[in-house]
Amino acid sequence: MNNETRARLCEKAKEIRRGIIEGTHSAGCGHPGGSLSVTDILTYLYFYEMRIDPANPKDENRDRFVLSKGHAAPALYATLAARGYFSPEHLKTLRKTDSFLQGHPDMKGTPGVDMSTGSLGLGISAACGIALAGKLSGRDYRVYCAIGDGESEEGQVWEAAMFAAHYGLDNLTVFLDLNGLQIDGKITDIVDPTPHDKKFLAFNWNVITIDGHDFDEIDEAVRAAKAQKGKPTVIIAKTIKGKGVSYMENQVGWHGKAPNDEQYDVAMGELN
Amino acid sequence: MADKKATREAYGDTLVELGASVPELVVLDADLAEATKTCKFKAAYPDRFIDCGIAEGNMMGIAAGLAAAGKIPFASSFAMFAAGRAFEQVRNCIGYPHLNVKIGATHAGLTVGEDGATHQCNEDIALMRTIPGMTIVNPADCIEAAAAVKAAAAMQGPVYLRCGRFAVPNVTEGQPFEIGRGVTLRPGKDVTLVATGFMVHLALEAADILAEDGISARVIDIHTIKPIDRALLVKAAKETGAVVTAEEHSVIGGLGSAVCEVLSEECPVPMRRVGVEDKFGRSGKVPELLALYGLTAENIASKAKETLFMKK
Repeated sequence: MNNETRARLCEKAKEIRRGIIEGTHSAGCGHPGGSLSVTDILTYLYFYEMRIDPANPKDENRDRFVLSKGHAAPALYATLAARGYFSPEHLKTLRKTDSFLQGHPDMKGTPGVDMSTGSLGLGISAACGIALAGKLSGRDYRVYCAIGDGESEEGQVWEAAMFAAHYGLDNLTVFLDLNGLQIDGKITDIVDPTPHDKKFLAFNWNVITIDGHDFDEIDEAVRAAKAQKGKPTVIIAKTIKGKGVSYMENQVGWHGKAPNDEQYDVAMGELN
Repeated sequence: MADKKATREAYGDTLVELGASVPELVVLDADLAEATKTCKFKAAYPDRFIDCGIAEGNMMGIAAGLAAAGKIPFASSFAMFAAGRAFEQVRNCIGYPHLNVKIGATHAGLTVGEDGATHQCNEDIALMRTIPGMTIVNPADCIEAAAAVKAAAAMQGPVYLRCGRFAVPNVTEGQPFEIGRGVTLRPGKDVTLVATGFMVHLALEAADILAEDGISARVIDIHTIKPIDRALLVKAAKETGAVVTAEEHSVIGGLGSAVCEVLSEECPVPMRRVGVEDKFGRSGKVPELLALYGLTAENIASKAKETLFMKK
């Protein structure tokens, strides 16, 4: 990745983070912490890697993205808006009764959303289904999916993990957003789902661990995933919950709380 | 009515038949292919058969993803696991996005027999009925089951197809099949017997019993429980003035409830519901269980006489 590309992605990531703050502030609720932690991954996928066309969001040959950690919808919406699927003006309507931006992603209502998600553990199964359909149809699209570290406490994540390895879904790449926090506290204090790398290795996955805020590392991991034959890849992305907004970083309280007016100004100042 | 065959057999056979003409059709199972009869499709089209192992929740998510990418998946398991275990996956991954997934649920109801209460799902219709946009078809025999599989494959949107383990006689020969349209199998003017699935042939027997007492019973087969044929039910209630429902399912939330909902709003008449009362099933031979739980022609006839008494 050259310097110009990296700088462009950094700018886009800031724009998306501002969109997250805009949406959750306007809604007065929502999930900024886990949205900000997954932002750089979304930025990389939608502005560098994925074969997509906002003018043709249902193209059968497009790459797909499934936000299994659907509560990070503000990040997905801000990304889709920045990429041109709809006007960024809509971000202010997040979670409002007449909006197409539901609290969790709705594939029927929002252009660019590839799967309805939000109930944890379900999206990764659907991502496996989309990847399998690609194999069955001989299409060369790739499927990306983001799951939460807390989400990995759901048994269905591991049912899907078993399935993807058994069916050799090497067109599937899953990002595990390892920000270390869930609603009730540290993931290691609730019901510890770690170590993720050893678990996925035992499930016969290709496992890569990276800094989830470093575009070069994300890029290198995705190249390796694409080169891997016969196995799905999980990219364990070490991230910071609330990344980019000083008072939110690594604070469990910012999982599901919106910034007030004053906090909004501070966040926007930091992200400009 | 000589040859008896379980509707799950028709489910398996028809999937094979459709396999040739519907290239998008794929069949999923959760380690029950021999029982659900998807083993026939597996043998004919191994590349389009996906065993998901004993993980029904994941199977529904896989089916949703396949449908989102243009496939027509038939996800198969026992009713207990398809509708019960995987309810939330069906609701959120299939129902909410209205994806084109067909759920083939076999071994519904008490006629599972010896496996007992844990496997006898008497609640699946109730569960599936609450999901917006879900079509529910519960065929009476193999003729209807074959037609239902074809109709489900041909329509857009999620379908819950309910099949049984136990052999039933063919009673719908020559009848037209259309999703959402009930079938009047026998004319009658004194009372209407509205039955679904396994209970349809018993409703016909009940009509014979009533005829011996000079009572003319109309028999309606409601294979599609959702969307239900309101017009046919209201017409029958108006013309006969009494209705008995019969289902191999809890009397809570199934056909009986659905018919009560329609008629209480549009044409209230004396009614009785035959089905599994508010109880779990148990192990036993199917005929003995049917007798124990009142799923018999005699009970339907008896309940019909009660409604006639209420009319007076």
